[in-house]
Amino acid sequence: MVKKKRGKNFGKIKGFSIQFLPFSEIRNLDSTGRIKKVLNIVLGNNILILQGRLKPEEETRLIEDTMAMIGHVKNFKGIELAVISGNNGAQTNLFGKIRQNLANALVRGDLGAVTIIGPATIVKEIKKNPKKIELFLNR
Amino acid sequence: MAIKIFKNFFKNIFAKLFRNKKDIKLGFYGPPNSGKTSLANRICKDFTGEDMGSISKIPHETRNVQFKEKVEIKYKGKSMIFKMIDTPGITTKIDYEDFLKYKMKKKDAKKRAKEATQGVVESIKWLDDMDVVVIVLDSTQNPYNQVNITIIGNLVARKIPVLIVANKTDLKKSNIKQVESAFPEYDIVGISAKYGKNLEEFYEALFRLSKKI
Repeated sequence: MVKKKRGKNFGKIKGFSIQFLPFSEIRNLDSTGRIKKVLNIVLGNNILILQGRLKPEEETRLIEDTMAMIGHVKNFKGIELAVISGNNGAQTNLFGKIRQNLANALVRGDLGAVTIIGPATIVKEIKKNPKKIELFLNR
Repeated sequence: MAIKIFKNFFKNIFAKLFRNKKDIKLGFYGPPNSGKTSLANRICKDFTGEDMGSISKIPHETRNVQFKEKVEIKYKGKSMIFKMIDTPGITTKIDYEDFLKYKMKKKDAKKRAKEATQGVVESIKWLDDMDVVVIVLDSTQNPYNQVNITIIGNLVARKIPVLIVANKTDLKKSNIKQVESAFPEYDIVGISAKYGKNLEEFYEALFRLSKKI
């Protein structure tokens, strides 16, 4: 970490920073605002660790906006994205699902999850399996 | 409020009555190079005698949504008519330099990358229009890819029935169990689209799922 390079110069990476964003920062934003905030952080050569997760339709919107930026923002090649969920979405019984949905509705988000988003020029790959998550960085 | 409820009730009844007469829109979704077009080609070849699209080892060969109308799939005396929709692979990153590894010229690689980004956007736009979706995954790859989870999450939110296919079972590295453990709530059908392996089970699962709509 450290040695953060400011600006959007993706071709010559001299460093990066990891930025943590609490869910409270995006809770009151609409989908457009949330995606704008996330992409602004990523475009600043940061790896974003977001408390909680985006809605499925926001995740697809993030992918669409990312695709639109490739070719328009110099040296931007896209993002790497991973979500780690506390329960891995595996609440199989009805009571568990209701309890989880109720808790999510109360805080207006899934706070048991963590979302990692980084620019593809810095994050080569995010390998995920139920037991661990690994970030592989470009040299 | 009461009028709205009545309106929706009759709308749903009419929709269900006449839906069967329309072709079922069957979408093929998944990451690049998972074999979506190979599977769509296999089905089309079996029931219409024609291919649906070109295939290649180079990722993002399908860069536009492709259609095949009136594909009548027959299985165990039953038949269903589908409008097949093959979509470009969805991904979060596209680097034209990756195409250079396949000895592609820089100009062509850049053009391919640009078309591929547009293809991803087009694929996502089409999600709303599907009746049934087959998610085609490469069973030799890690299934815990966020793109797979995002696509499935969107389909679930839209209440579109999903069938997950673990393709490339002919390869040594294929690991269907890993796909099954990644998506425990879904039926997983292991196939080899290239060699037409286990398509009977695929058709059975597809018919079962299509009846739900």
